[in-house]
Amino acid sequence: MGIRFVLLVNKQGQTRLAQYYAEHLTLDERRALEGEIVRKCLARNDQQCSFVEHRNYKIVYRRYASLFFLVGVDNDENELAILEFIHLFVETMDRHFGNVCELDIMFHLEKAHFMLEEMVMNGCIVETSKSNILAPIQLMDKAS
Amino acid sequence: MAAPVAASSPSLVDTLFQRSLDDLIRALRSSPSAAAEDAAIARALDEIRREIRSPDLDTKAVALQKLTYLSSLNFLDPSWAAFHTLELLPSPTLSHPRVGYLAAALSFHPSSTDLLPLATHQLRKHIAPSPSNPPALAAPALHLLALASSPDLANHLAPDLLPLLSSQAVSSPLRPKAVAAALRTLSVCPDAAPVLFKPLVDCLSSSDPRTASTAIGVFCELAVAAPDPSPYLPLAPEFYRLLVDCRNNWVLIKVLKIFARLAPLEPRLAGRILDPVCQLIRRSPAKSLVFECIRTVLTSLSDHDDAVRLAVDKAKEFLASDDDPNLRYLGLRALTMLGPVHSWAVEESREAVIRSLHDPDTNIRHEALCLVMGMLSDNNVVEICNLLIKYAMKSDPEFANEILDAVLMTCGRNLYELILDFDWYVSLLGEMVRNPHCAKGDEIERQLVDIGLRVRDARPELVRVARDLLIDPALLGNPFLCRVLSAAAWISGEYVEFSRNPLELIEALLQPRTNLLPSLVRAVYIQAVFKVTLFCFISFNEQMQAAELLSLGNSSNERQGNLEGPYLFAGKTSTDQNTAFEIDHCVATADKADSIEKKETLTHESISNLLHLIESAVGPLSECAEVEVQERARNVLGLIFNIRETQFWNIKAYHELTRDKKVTELVELMEATFSEDLGPVSTNAQKRVSLPEDLTLNENLSDISKILSDHDATCASISFSLRSHPSVETTEDFAPVAETNSLLAEHRKRHGLYYLPAEKDDIESNDYPLANEPLLSASHGDVTEDFMKLTAQSLNPRKAKPTKPRPMVIRLDEGDGVSSSNFKSIKESKDDLLSGAIRNVLLGNESKPSSSLKKSSDKTSRRRDNDVSDNSELVSEHQDNSTIGDKEHGQSSSRSRHHNHRHKEKNDSSGKNGSNEEKSHKHSTRSSRYHKHRQRGDPPSDIVPQAPVIILVLSIPFGWICFQEKNEFNLYPIIIGIASDQPVRSHWIRLDCLFGSVPFEDPTCN
Repeated sequence: MGIRFVLLVNKQGQTRLAQYYAEHLTLDERRALEGEIVRKCLARNDQQCSFVEHRNYKIVYRRYASLFFLVGVDNDENELAILEFIHLFVETMDRHFGNVCELDIMFHLEKAHFMLEEMVMNGCIVETSKSNILAPIQLMDKAS
Repeated sequence: MAAPVAASSPSLVDTLFQRSLDDLIRALRSSPSAAAEDAAIARALDEIRREIRSPDLDTKAVALQKLTYLSSLNFLDPSWAAFHTLELLPSPTLSHPRVGYLAAALSFHPSSTDLLPLATHQLRKHIAPSPSNPPALAAPALHLLALASSPDLANHLAPDLLPLLSSQAVSSPLRPKAVAAALRTLSVCPDAAPVLFKPLVDCLSSSDPRTASTAIGVFCELAVAAPDPSPYLPLAPEFYRLLVDCRNNWVLIKVLKIFARLAPLEPRLAGRILDPVCQLIRRSPAKSLVFECIRTVLTSLSDHDDAVRLAVDKAKEFLASDDDPNLRYLGLRALTMLGPVHSWAVEESREAVIRSLHDPDTNIRHEALCLVMGMLSDNNVVEICNLLIKYAMKSDPEFANEILDAVLMTCGRNLYELILDFDWYVSLLGEMVRNPHCAKGDEIERQLVDIGLRVRDARPELVRVARDLLIDPALLGNPFLCRVLSAAAWISGEYVEFSRNPLELIEALLQPRTNLLPSLVRAVYIQAVFKVTLFCFISFNEQMQAAELLSLGNSSNERQGNLEGPYLFAGKTSTDQNTAFEIDHCVATADKADSIEKKETLTHESISNLLHLIESAVGPLSECAEVEVQERARNVLGLIFNIRETQFWNIKAYHELTRDKKVTELVELMEATFSEDLGPVSTNAQKRVSLPEDLTLNENLSDISKILSDHDATCASISFSLRSHPSVETTEDFAPVAETNSLLAEHRKRHGLYYLPAEKDDIESNDYPLANEPLLSASHGDVTEDFMKLTAQSLNPRKAKPTKPRPMVIRLDEGDGVSSSNFKSIKESKDDLLSGAIRNVLLGNESKPSSSLKKSSDKTSRRRDNDVSDNSELVSEHQDNSTIGDKEHGQSSSRSRHHNHRHKEKNDSSGKNGSNEEKSHKHSTRSSRYHKHRQRGDPPSDIVPQAPVIILVLSIPFGWICFQEKNEFNLYPIIIGIASDQPVRSHWIRLDCLFGSVPFEDPTCN
């Protein structure tokens, strides 16, 4: 798999969104993994690079204001491309919510998941156009 | 609102007063503490449990929404609500199934939920493209399929993906999603390959860029994950077209990844892609793409020098970007990818790499360290290691230890192949210990002892370093370093003849702060005291002897030259004495003479002071609660008692000494005790010891007393007895195998220390140095030969790691290795199944196994071939099934059972006609304890031996010991053979250690 998981974590280390692909972890494994990753990544400053190796994953992360976007990928995945993917995800949310913040994602977790669903399926990036990603969500908003 | 009215009243209340998800989030946010939040969550869960049972779908949906929120962010198990999730899927309201799909996508997995097959029909309905069907539901349905489908379900719904995959609508948003879902189907269920593969290939050339890019992503996953990517070679022209035409960086990156796998298989392909890749490196503004090109060139096209040159230059640009740590990191990564063939690249950017050691980022420092270590050669090892160790002094604790670890590992690799100057390396080890953060005591200890055993020429320096370590009271308090001190103590005891000042050593070994040490290390200290004391005594004796000879010589001189003075006093010697000594003992090497000269400080007074010191320091320990310490303390005290008995300080001259039989006896005995060199012994030495012909393994060893009494003749003066095993009862029955197996596992867990890892066995079987091999006893004591061997080894790079010089080869349990390799082969065969199926689809030959499979001619490949052909059979069967299956899709589970059953049958039959070896293999994992023994040519019988058998023959440097297993936890030595040409006496102390309580921690018991 290209992308193994996508995590959104706030400054306090609380998970705000978690999506795993192709890999099934039990709750305890998930808790342990997320704890370790968050400890590792949150301790780093912005003079340090955005790639961390952890277990058999490579974590590519980026911080936007108080939110950390962490993406776990295979070791041979292209790190810079994943950084671009994170940025695309943030921009998409920005366009939908307008200057997205932690609260937006908390109260609209579902929508964040839908966007991610449109962008990534089964670890493959399937959609990179912001308007295409947002089209079904706008449709739903209209319908309701 | 008709339904709630009909329902029971609590659910009506639930519906009317139900909290929405937003309410719940607000409540959680407003809870003042973590405990309050936990309570709020528990309350909410109770609420959800009630609400989710409501017949009103709106209530149910909101409840599920809340549950999804709570479970995905608070690690709660939502599986109890799986059925309610499925209940929402058929709802006509668009938002209900979406909520259901989201909940399912986040929590369903074949390994935890088996309810998904219940929704097969619903999924099929949502996927099917029809005007009445809202496309908004097809996407989440496909997403769920891609995440959570079991092999059965995937196989079942594979035909339903077809219309989506082959849809010709210009920009159907579902087509790329169907492609991604097909990936899951292919990876969990290779049987679906004939159905799905062709449409997937067509997607590559789709005019819709999204479909094409997803398809290339899918092929990338398939090709990268496959153990053998050759089935994808026929698609190369398609990929090449994308590489040349496509302008989408995502796609290009994936294409490059595929080519990185394919290029090594087909040299012409490498030539073709070289040019476009170089163009991309030169032109592309996208760093991600450029880096992917660099990676492709450096890993797969490294034979093409121009391309490598270009890629390395680009990597250097990355490395030089001061403002972007990401690029610096990737630059270092790129250099790491280059093999040793292109070490010039690292050498060129050496400065940047060394500078990166100071980077604020730990990851970058780590990469730089790896590169620096890769750069090491025997020319620069001294310079670079000195630099690194100095740098480690100033570095933070974590990185300091990383550096120490890297230096120790690299320098210790292949029996120190990089090290030419061992004096330097030994003092470097000493310097490492001085690092305040040093936590690598164990490895340093191992290397110190190992070098002592292997490299004779390093011993003087080793002893000097050991003395410096022992004498420093500051090191004693550091718990990380006690192992190093233990090694230092052992070294200074074992090689005390190189010591400049043994008296000082004893003082260091007995300094008051040694009571901070753990008792095992203390035991080593006391044993070292024993050896050093002995050495002092013996060399004092020699000194007296020399003085005597000198005085004889002088007296003859005297007679000739009429000089006065009957003899020189032993303690006050001159160079004359030295020369006289050399003349009289031509055998003495310069070293020895040197050391004798140093021991001139030994006088009656100093020796008796020494004895007093030892008595007062060691005396209290003879009551120590730790048996190891106590035993050795008593040994030392016994020695001192013996020395005192000789009354040697009353003797003024050697001729008086010789008159005293006791002294001579003692000296002879003790000299022999430690005269033999300890050498490294292969972990596999046990295997090379052939069993004696007359050893009957299955019989009761009732004649053991006879054998022992035979040996008693030679061992008459030896005071060792089989005390740790008072009774050799041979009639005890074995517990049933199954039970002993679990006990064995338990034993292994508890006493893992005594087991050696099984895989080591293979690596080291051939090229282990034969330095002090028991069979090569002729090489004992031959300095030059030993060192020649060592240098020869260091000149020829080998794979062997230096092993712990322990002859304790307890049984090598092969069970683990077998089971894990079995596991691997299962996994591999699954992957192979897929590539085999794909190969069949692409090449169109279903019956012939292809050439590359034929190449490997072992029996696993035979089995694999069977699998492939089996597989194609299965596939065709499945196609049949699936056409019928449309009517009976409700029965998938029963069919799956049938299917599995068939698989099992197949396996069974292949096992039957395949090979008995496999069976016996399985058997061996079950009863691995007998495995080895049987391999040795014992008549193979399927009956579990009832009588105790010899399960282990242990080689020791001077013979062999047979062990019998009495019960699960004890090994008893029952026969001890001593090689006839060995000085038996010299080993009694070591044998004693061998059978002592915890002998394995002590390096002296080699």
